[in-house]
Amino acid sequence: MAMAVVVLARSRNLFTVVVLMGIYSFLMATVLVALDAVDVAMTEASVGAGISTVLLLGALHLCKSEETKPLRKPWLPLAVSASAVGMLVFGTLDLPEFSDPTAPIHTHVAPRYLNEAMRETGVPNVVTAVLASYRGYDTLGETTVIFTAGVGVIALLRRRRNTKQDKTK
Amino acid sequence: MRHNLVLRVIAKLLIPFILLFALYVQFHGDFGPGGGFQAGVIIAAAIIFYALIYGVEAARRAMPDWLVEIMLAGGVLIFAGVGLVGLGLGGNYLDYFVLDSDPVHGQHRGIFWVEVGVAVTVSGTMLKIFYMFASRGRHPE
Repeated sequence: MAMAVVVLARSRNLFTVVVLMGIYSFLMATVLVALDAVDVAMTEASVGAGISTVLLLGALHLCKSEETKPLRKPWLPLAVSASAVGMLVFGTLDLPEFSDPTAPIHTHVAPRYLNEAMRETGVPNVVTAVLASYRGYDTLGETTVIFTAGVGVIALLRRRRNTKQDKTK
Repeated sequence: MRHNLVLRVIAKLLIPFILLFALYVQFHGDFGPGGGFQAGVIIAAAIIFYALIYGVEAARRAMPDWLVEIMLAGGVLIFAGVGLVGLGLGGNYLDYFVLDSDPVHGQHRGIFWVEVGVAVTVSGTMLKIFYMFASRGRHPE
């Protein structure tokens, strides 16, 4: 994965970048499978490696496939991102150990979901039970976000096409 | 790519299985990994695959624009409608326990329809975005 990222950052050919991002997504999906998060891995593989690769290739079809050389050396963005990384790493130092059973995330509502989900909803997959039942409002919000994204794309791209047709008239 | 015989035959063989797998992911989401979101993406991927091999116009004939737009809004309406049905049957909004005499069956029913709503909206959105990008190439500026 690290190698994919390094090549990604150095590559100037956008086609290579898109393909490498797909590879990175697949590697990420395998990491998620190793962490037992199969639902997330499936989403990562289908969205990250599948749909977004196709959409980026479609976008690439509309523009040049070589990235232009930057005008200036990107020192300021590099400094900003390096300090952001530093702060995030500093923040993780205070987090509880990975898979620590006394961490707040494991003592709040998670035991109830894990123990009661089967009895209350009759759904063996806890991820589905939490997603669709316990956190139904969240999922409704997410669906609305996706809907809004689609409507936004329609609004942006369709208007452009219509104005072009008006010009030709 | 439209005249490549191998690709055309393989695509025709594969697409029914991709759609079947999407339905499996959708309806087996209660028991295994998967659910509405993943199933929606797989459905959209199958149709985008078809569009890549046979051309966007062929995909547009199979999956016309008006249908995709109805799916876009219809999924959210199904989801919100499940909430309203719960409200009408005397529960809270998005309360599935009242959807059936047996609360556990009610949960099953609620989750089922909610997942259907998610899948419909997700596949509609993905397809719409793909159509939009693909059709922009047709009218170069």
